[in-house]
Amino acid sequence: MSVVLASLTPAYWQSTLLKLVVAAILVPTTALILGIVFLFKVMSWMQSRKGPQEAGPRGLLQLLADGAKFVQKEDLVPDKADRFVFKAAPLVVLMSTLLLYTVLPASEHLVIANLDVGIFFALAVSSLSVIGVLMAGWGSANKYSLMGGLRAGGQLIAYELPMVLAVVGVVIQAGTLSLNGIVLAQANGSIFGFSGLGNPFVLTQFIGFFIFLAAVQAELTQPPFDMPVAESELVGGYQVEYSGFRFLTFFLAEFATAFAFAGIAATLFLGGWWFPGVDPSSNAYWVLGPVVLFTKIMIVSFIIFWVRFTYPRFREDQLQAFAWKWLIPLALVNILLTAVLKVAF
Amino acid sequence: MSSADAGTQAETTEAEAEPIPTDERREALVESLRAELGDDLVGSHIRPGDDVWVRVSRDAWRAAGDAVKHKLGCTYFDFLSAIDWLPSPFGRDMDSQEDLVVHGAEPKEPAPMVAGYAGGDTRLQVFARVSSLEHRVGVTLKADLPDAEPSIDSWIPLYAGANWHERETWEMFGITFVGHPHLIHLYLPGDFEGYPLRKDFPLLARRVKPWPGIVDVEAMPGGGDDESDEGEGASE
Amino acid sequence: MTAISDRQHLSELAARAADNRLNVDFESEGMTLNIGPQHPATHGTLRIVAKLDGEQVVSAEPVAGYMHRGYEKLTEVRTYPQVTTLVNRIDWLGSFANEVPFILAAEKLMEIEAPPRAQHIRTILFELSRIANISLFLGDLGIQLGGLSVGFYAFRDREFVLNQIEAATGGRFHPNFDRIGGLKDDLPKGWIAETHTAMDKLRAFCDEVEDILIGNEIFQKRTRGVGIIPPEIAKSYGLSGPNLRGSGIDWDLRRDMCPPGLVYDKVDWKVWTHPDGDSFARSWIRLQETREATKIVDQLLDSIPSGPIMAKVPRIIKVPEGEAWVATENPLGEMGYYVVSKGDLVPFRVKIRSASFNNVSVVPWVCRGVYVPDVITILASLYFILGDIDR
Repeated sequence: MSVVLASLTPAYWQSTLLKLVVAAILVPTTALILGIVFLFKVMSWMQSRKGPQEAGPRGLLQLLADGAKFVQKEDLVPDKADRFVFKAAPLVVLMSTLLLYTVLPASEHLVIANLDVGIFFALAVSSLSVIGVLMAGWGSANKYSLMGGLRAGGQLIAYELPMVLAVVGVVIQAGTLSLNGIVLAQANGSIFGFSGLGNPFVLTQFIGFFIFLAAVQAELTQPPFDMPVAESELVGGYQVEYSGFRFLTFFLAEFATAFAFAGIAATLFLGGWWFPGVDPSSNAYWVLGPVVLFTKIMIVSFIIFWVRFTYPRFREDQLQAFAWKWLIPLALVNILLTAVLKVAF
Repeated sequence: MSSADAGTQAETTEAEAEPIPTDERREALVESLRAELGDDLVGSHIRPGDDVWVRVSRDAWRAAGDAVKHKLGCTYFDFLSAIDWLPSPFGRDMDSQEDLVVHGAEPKEPAPMVAGYAGGDTRLQVFARVSSLEHRVGVTLKADLPDAEPSIDSWIPLYAGANWHERETWEMFGITFVGHPHLIHLYLPGDFEGYPLRKDFPLLARRVKPWPGIVDVEAMPGGGDDESDEGEGASE
Repeated sequence: MTAISDRQHLSELAARAADNRLNVDFESEGMTLNIGPQHPATHGTLRIVAKLDGEQVVSAEPVAGYMHRGYEKLTEVRTYPQVTTLVNRIDWLGSFANEVPFILAAEKLMEIEAPPRAQHIRTILFELSRIANISLFLGDLGIQLGGLSVGFYAFRDREFVLNQIEAATGGRFHPNFDRIGGLKDDLPKGWIAETHTAMDKLRAFCDEVEDILIGNEIFQKRTRGVGIIPPEIAKSYGLSGPNLRGSGIDWDLRRDMCPPGLVYDKVDWKVWTHPDGDSFARSWIRLQETREATKIVDQLLDSIPSGPIMAKVPRIIKVPEGEAWVATENPLGEMGYYVVSKGDLVPFRVKIRSASFNNVSVVPWVCRGVYVPDVITILASLYFILGDIDR
């Protein structure tokens, strides 16, 4: 099959365009899937209620209905707001999400940009969303938004460090920054000589996995780290002045980013698109890869959303203390241990 | 049972043969207050086994609070408010305006003003209640206020919780509390005129919409009493 | 002027006019933040004007009165039986509890005692209203602090209690069941067994809440040491209920000054206190009180005496002249009625002493120097109902 596809080699601009279109379609679709499955069905089940039932069979089309509702709303910009900053903020956040999807591999060849510094690029672009959040908070000309934006900025910056440090442990063990390389390192690795299950890094890097998930929870401003959008306090924080399509952009970006981060976590720790028993270079991965990755993303997302629906939220200073006094030292210890053990074995 | 004034006693028992119960604890309470305040303790009333009322003169309001707090140990602040003893010139406001207008009923003569327990000479009376949690007893204090200038000392230095109660009493009755740091409206909007809980302030809902009034009901089976006054269909 | 700058100019004028209408004056240093009146965190339309210095609160002034309905004026034109309808709506989550002190005050003036069966059932319904009220508090605590799921569990499990109240009285939220001299009706058949089941379910709910919320580390970090109220301040502000017991003061009106007409002396139960005085203490006590209330109801259900449900009262109720004060330990705290009667069909003056009025008046004192999220935690733990503050 690869022969057939090779003979179809399109021009560079055509293949790039195809990849961008795929990314553009993928982002809202994944947000939709995550939203429906977790936000409506799983959350309702955990809260012992039924959730939306009207739109579509068993309420499955609810998000489409919500999307249509948002799109047809009036485009409001507050009087005193800085119009350019206000309008650009959601787009900046969405842009960082779209960039994140460009390096996520669904199989060895199904990736939009197979960068050698894949994970480094991913972490870098994910931090662009901070700019968008600060723009939203300031540009809304609203005290609540400002407070929410500042809280969010502080939180996002604080939790990037644990995320990066947790990833460093994985990189040391895999020996490469490329995401495909990390998957292959897990596939070809072995646990104490037993190579049947490969070596998913969640086993050796369990500290890193925990830190990464906590940091992801904070990057997505989900409870217990959702001070910036604390519903019962600031009522929406930096998003409070946004309505209609702009709010939809924030919403989309949040869920799509959740999907992307879950994908990165699955790639780094659970083996990504690789399934134990199937050789990494086999052609089955053209179909199996995305399916396997999707399953692993659902598992990680379940954990993220489960924590979201259960825990009360941290206060801002407690949140920062958690990051600086606990997660970062723990991550540094993890790196030290990984480096020592890597050299020793 | 001791009462110093014309305050009516609700527990005048039917059988004269029953011994009149006494309440030594509460009587001792009144006596110790009298020792503290002397002539300023103008009236008192005890319902044995139940409650005690004490009336002080207006100028001794702060001193009385001090006495109950420090001498009697009543450190728990219950509430502070006022009573307007003027019988309402609108009667019970339950006679239908239609009846009055259509049938030309006579406006009611307001009944003479009679004060309650522990007596009282004026129309407006401030009353407050404090309790002692250790001794499990509470005391209600009252003070008369002159109509011309209804003002009294604030109790905030003694009981911090009196702040909101005094604000509410001021806006509802028009009683000024001397020494209150911030006497502004609590419930009513900033530009409200009048003092709603005074008896001569009409209940505006009944002005706007006449009360249904006497409703024709069938006599209850088994003998009819005087006319039923429980008009259903109240819409307030 | 273009249309846009016209609008901007008008909105500026409107904002300045609104500021002038505000009848509290503040010097403007730092930022002034309005928490409310529309806000998911405050239990209703309460507005807190907080002056901030960064994230710390310099002063927090509650502005109440958005729900003031003038009850004390309205009672002057209501006959005594009609007042219970009014008074149901003061603390609307535990409505039966509002009627009880008023009825007891009227009974005291009339020197009527309700028959033992009525007293017993009155106490049962009183405790059921306490459970209904405080189980909502536990759910709401979770919602305000971010753990939304607990709120749903609270609403789901509270239905069992509301069903029982509805079966007995006909109304889930506003029973209007208490009458001078007894109760309106007797209990329906099978009610006792069903209520036992409901109490078991509520105990399971309390265990669940303890697991998911009170025992949660994040919750404890948010509430321990936040909003400490020392006992002297609590007494001088007249705090009551769990707010008072949370500061270590062992005072419960059901045990210490129970008005005749409720049968707490026939039940074996415990008063819960906590020495800390912080938000955690108040929340924890309410959880324990809910459990205790279920045990009280279970004991009472097994020992209801038989007999009439209503004493002999005249059809037209004219309460003799006098004054009476009755206070009971309502779910929110101490609620009392000071009834002044002139021997007429309607009361002469009723002073309603509601618990939340005093509980909220302590907010300016307790919120000095805390962070903004802590204001929400403190408000949540003080637990007020707007109808109780504003009457």
